[in-house]
Amino acid sequence: MLCKRVIPCLDVRDGRLTKGIKFEGNVDIGDPVTTARAYYEQGADEIVFYDITASHERRDIMLDVVDRVASQIFIPFSVGGGIRSVEDMRAVLLSGAEKISINSPAVKDPDLIRRGAEAFGSQCVVLGMDVLRVEPTGDIPSGYEVVIHGGRKRMGMDALEWAREAERLGAGEICLNSIDADGTKDGYELTVTAMVADAVGIPVIASGGAGNPQHMVEAATTGHASAALIASIVHYGDYTIPGIKEEMRREGVPVRMSW
Amino acid sequence: MIAIVDYEAGNLTSVKRALDYLDIPCRITGDAETIREARGIIFPGVGAAGQAMRTLRRTGLDDLLRERVERSVPLLGICLGSQILLQSTPENDATGLGLIPGHCQRFDPDLTEGGLPINIPHMGWNAVIGTEDASTLFAGIEAGAEFYFVHAYYPVPDSPYWLASTEYGTRFCSVLGREGLWAVQFHPEKSGRPGLTLLDNFNTYCLEAR
Repeated sequence: MLCKRVIPCLDVRDGRLTKGIKFEGNVDIGDPVTTARAYYEQGADEIVFYDITASHERRDIMLDVVDRVASQIFIPFSVGGGIRSVEDMRAVLLSGAEKISINSPAVKDPDLIRRGAEAFGSQCVVLGMDVLRVEPTGDIPSGYEVVIHGGRKRMGMDALEWAREAERLGAGEICLNSIDADGTKDGYELTVTAMVADAVGIPVIASGGAGNPQHMVEAATTGHASAALIASIVHYGDYTIPGIKEEMRREGVPVRMSW
Repeated sequence: MIAIVDYEAGNLTSVKRALDYLDIPCRITGDAETIREARGIIFPGVGAAGQAMRTLRRTGLDDLLRERVERSVPLLGICLGSQILLQSTPENDATGLGLIPGHCQRFDPDLTEGGLPINIPHMGWNAVIGTEDASTLFAGIEAGAEFYFVHAYYPVPDSPYWLASTEYGTRFCSVLGREGLWAVQFHPEKSGRPGLTLLDNFNTYCLEAR
């Protein structure tokens, strides 16, 4: 049976983690490669890097990070942030990433999904999607609207429709982030997660709101998600990946236990 | 030296990175002489079977691989590479290399798992079960260890060549072949420690098979 994936997400700026991550012994680790390696050894099923480097000139720093990660960790990992063209995708994939993730650039230019899938295969193309709960209207019948810029800009697009469109264009996976749940630690937004997961035939990664392992169990069961993204609950030592997986397994969720 | 066969079928650097990490000398190559010098061959692949077979025929690599296998050079097929080792695959109606008797089949979209329809491709971590018939490759790997898969088609070899299985809505063959000519449907180079162990075991076999 296919395992549900546990995916830590690391924010990187100019080749360093945006926030130091504390591991045992309370040592601050600012290096994304060391951190990725530690999560790999603890049983992460995949790793997401989100590059928030602002200046274009410094983007090669991220490619170097990708290359070093690929030489040391032997699980799939994806890179998102700042990828706006097929050439950007190619550079990241050739540096050793398994997948690239596109969010706002795909909203502005949906055909980018098609071009990426055609060039590298759907399995490489992840659509990142930020959604906000709204009153259902004629334009937004699902009651979830696509937003960009961390929720600051509403796009007037229905989340469900965008998910279906992205799948049709060739996206291989959707990482669905709820702006309402993000940062609350109250659990994933299960309604929209299940809604999107049921509407498409590609895997959906639940994102935003994880506060404890039970939330990940809910994402996999009620939310119909294939994977769950986590950040602060492991970064700050509240939980460990083996601990989370052990609890998921106890609750009957299939997870990878050999690493 | 292990030859990682380059036949324009996707990004092969991840296999090389894994072998480099294990300090196993290897080369990504489509050159016949280099492949002839190799003590073992890894036949990877990401992409479509039809295009891959056309490239193999155009470059003569198809005959070369058959010749090397004939001469008992160890070979490990990975993912698409494993499907191409079979006689045929319905993906683009491609004829395979015919090194392992059998064919390929697409996952039926009506299959379910846990009451929900399966996603196609089968992507993610899944257990490989019943590895006794591939004990050389799986030495030191715990029973039921999970490996990383990405595929829409799966191999259906003749029964003597079915070495281990995986469940995804149905039970399919995830390891096939025979001693010295193996193929795995998953990606050992992306499967963490168990995957690295498998690659190391293949290399050990290549060293001992000389």
